[in-house]
Amino acid sequence: MTKLGSRIFSRLVIIVPYAWLLFFFLIPFVIVFRISLSTTAIAQPPYEPVFRLADGLAGIIDNIRQLSFDNFVWLTEDALYINAYLSSLKIAGISTFLTLLIAYPIAYGMAQAPRTWRPTLLMLVILPFWTSFLIRVYAWIAILKPEGLLNQLLISAGLINEPLIILNTNWAIYIGIVYSYLPFMILPIYSALEKMDHSLIEAAEDLGCPPISAFWKVTFPLSLAGVVAGCMLVFIPAVGEFVIPDLLGGSQTLMIGKTLWTEFNANRDWPVSAAVATVLLLILVVPIVFFQNMQAKAEERGK
Amino acid sequence: MKSLGNIRRSFAPWADPDSKPFISFRNITKKFGDFTAVDNLTLDIYHREFFALLGASGCGKSTLLRMLAGFERPTSGEIILDGQDIAGIPPYRRPVNMMFQSYALFPHMTVESNIGFGLRQDGMPKAEIAERVKQMLKLVKLEQFAKRKPQQLSGGQRQRVALARSLAKRPKVLLLDEPLGALDKKLREETQFELMDLQQELGLTFVVVTHDQEEAMTMADRIAVMSHGKVIQVATPAEIYEAPNSRFVADFIGDVNILEGKVKAAGNGRVEIAGEDFTVRALGDTQLAMGASAGFAIRPEKLKISRTAPADATINASEGEIWDIAYLGDMTVFHVRLPSGKVVKTSMLNAQREVENPIGYDEKVWVSFAETGGVVLKD
Amino acid sequence: MTRWSRFNIISVALGFAFLYLPIVLLVVFSFNESRLVTVWAGFSTKWYVALFNNQGLMDAAWVTIRVALLSATVATVLGTMAALSLVRFTRFRGRMLFSGMVYAPLVMPEVITGLSLLLLFVAIGFDRGFWTVTLAHITLTMCFVAVVVQSRLLSFDRSVEEAALDLGATPLRTFFEVTLPIIAPAVFSGWVLAFTLSLDDLVIASFTSGPGATTLPMKIYSQVRLGVTPEINAACTLLIALVTVGVIIASIVTKRRELQRQRDEHAAFAGR
Repeated sequence: MTKLGSRIFSRLVIIVPYAWLLFFFLIPFVIVFRISLSTTAIAQPPYEPVFRLADGLAGIIDNIRQLSFDNFVWLTEDALYINAYLSSLKIAGISTFLTLLIAYPIAYGMAQAPRTWRPTLLMLVILPFWTSFLIRVYAWIAILKPEGLLNQLLISAGLINEPLIILNTNWAIYIGIVYSYLPFMILPIYSALEKMDHSLIEAAEDLGCPPISAFWKVTFPLSLAGVVAGCMLVFIPAVGEFVIPDLLGGSQTLMIGKTLWTEFNANRDWPVSAAVATVLLLILVVPIVFFQNMQAKAEERGK
Repeated sequence: MKSLGNIRRSFAPWADPDSKPFISFRNITKKFGDFTAVDNLTLDIYHREFFALLGASGCGKSTLLRMLAGFERPTSGEIILDGQDIAGIPPYRRPVNMMFQSYALFPHMTVESNIGFGLRQDGMPKAEIAERVKQMLKLVKLEQFAKRKPQQLSGGQRQRVALARSLAKRPKVLLLDEPLGALDKKLREETQFELMDLQQELGLTFVVVTHDQEEAMTMADRIAVMSHGKVIQVATPAEIYEAPNSRFVADFIGDVNILEGKVKAAGNGRVEIAGEDFTVRALGDTQLAMGASAGFAIRPEKLKISRTAPADATINASEGEIWDIAYLGDMTVFHVRLPSGKVVKTSMLNAQREVENPIGYDEKVWVSFAETGGVVLKD
Repeated sequence: MTRWSRFNIISVALGFAFLYLPIVLLVVFSFNESRLVTVWAGFSTKWYVALFNNQGLMDAAWVTIRVALLSATVATVLGTMAALSLVRFTRFRGRMLFSGMVYAPLVMPEVITGLSLLLLFVAIGFDRGFWTVTLAHITLTMCFVAVVVQSRLLSFDRSVEEAALDLGATPLRTFFEVTLPIIAPAVFSGWVLAFTLSLDDLVIASFTSGPGATTLPMKIYSQVRLGVTPEINAACTLLIALVTVGVIIASIVTKRRELQRQRDEHAAFAGR
């Protein structure tokens, strides 16, 4: 009896979360794909054709005939979408690079800190992550505005005469992304650097390698796994970012997350937004699969 | 405690054809994918025996123990415990308990609740559990630590809690996986004797897995030397040491010199082996074919060195030159280079060594031995 | 200690200044007398009073907390189960797909997750509101819980479970009496993480929520679009204070546990 109970329990442990994710994560993507092949309609839901089980098999076949790739063709024909994708990739790429530039010295400094300080420093990096993303982005509006705190400071210091226009430009987006995703970059790099044995550097220097070149030949290659993980963690979500371009980038900036949002909420064009999402997902599949392989390998090593 | 030497000396159920084994592994094979951890192994262990599985890591000894505990299922074969095939019984229904190498104490429970855990699983009344736990704490001399958590104990104390926990259910068999591996040398030696006394006192069957030959020799009634999933030899510690059945066992246990040669004569209970440096005449199997290659294994303390030639210098003797000397306190080990270039080890207790004029480096010496000094090994 | 060079100190200090300055400014200006958030005009707490009188914000806060409590709790159960199946059952059909589905939401752009869930709810005819937001948050946050618990399980000494089985505990009892108490701290951090993520989420909530289930981030967002106000600063300050107090309590608990552990080790040596 208890043996049977245990067996049922161990089956449930797999089946319940598996079924949950299938239903709430995988199936929705199938639906997105399906709707991206429909046409817009003034109805509720605002697309055609709609699958109805009541129509039976003939209805479904009829349905499939009505599906078309028009939305995808539309995406390629309208420069807006192509530009939005390219611009998203560019902004995410530049931001990821800037984040890396800023995060690496911080992570390196933390890894060199006295051992007793490290947990505190680590907590200080994680702490902003716990405060709302929205709030952190919002805080930058007041700083970057033409009459904002940064310009006040620079003008009163006599560095500039005219306020810098940062808000509602791509620079504001870069700052927002770097700021919001910085902990995601610091943490993996820090954990890679922290694990490193300092005697490796000593050995390199002992063998005649000057410190800077010891850094590039020993430290950096050994932290590469952390760098790659950090870049993935920043780049992938940054491509589809919505809040930052919307609040800091103004109406001028093109990012696909924002385009999708507008298409969906303002234009109520569900099929096109589903097509936008499908293409975005296809673009991100490569880095996501790469990221998962890294996770799986890390998991293997953990064992 | 009174000496248990007499009981031990007379305990030899494996030599009695009428006694029935308590645990039998019959043609046990265990595969992990392509890797064969245990290979068609058959082994009997008797009631009240202190049995050691000895071997290098990866030889299958731990897998064998884990199959007995029920954590691994044999790929084929049967395991009989007290007349019952237990291969299909899950670990929590087996009358067998295990002491883990890492001790595996429950970190969130006190010493007391750790020891009482198994009894609670059986639904034993609370009062009885308390009584039994008290008894076990007394047995391992940890009465004043009952309320502590495992983290608040030293390594030796944790080891005793683990022991008390595995004994609390009064299992038919206690399995010990490297029980002393995590202790320092001094504590390990003390604990070896404590374990032996405990086993005698409780009258239990102990099966211990170890890679430490000294530990196995000290504690066990019999030792199974394992390699690559097979048992190479099962015998008492003295037999294993004095009469290894193979080069592997001879080499594995203690220091040994193996003198190689070809069988020259056999008969009359003796074998003669002609080698480069020695002509060996020793007690041995007379069925050996003439000209077959064979080895003669002899322990360093059975090789004698002297400045003068023995009476018959043609048999069991050779000239040599002192190559290296290692002074170990209680004894001295001489490495002697024989004419062929082979170096043999001989050891001499320092109590017997000449203090006035000790044998020194580069001296010419004679190496000799008695015909009962070693064993003949077939190839 | 020579490794803690001036360059290292400066880069860490600047890094932390960058991380914390915007938040500090936001908090400071929530106490500003003036309606302008960029010009200091004296100390005042009037925006906090205004905040508590803003029924819309208060309602949204209440919805958010309910969603977060419920979704974090369910996500913790599901996420722990997912972690167990990933770590303990190395071979089952579709394991690759399963681990993919656990890791993907961690990096999936929120607009995609939000849109796809919305389309699911529409397709099955589920009216959007409190429950759809909760279901969406469970789906997202269970994956974070799974990752947290999984890393704890990977460093778990399996022989402790084997010892329980060996002593006669069935697998089910072993789980509840041994495994769960030992991994409890990780499960708890998973819960806290899920709770904060749910509290924080704007995009997925915007997609999956319906009338009457406006969450606090949605409310803040719609007000921010109209302009920066000290009232929002006040709301944000309260949220930050809440999180900070939580983190401080957590770190004090950890610190005390660490001290306890040191005392234990000391006792162990003294006991020898």
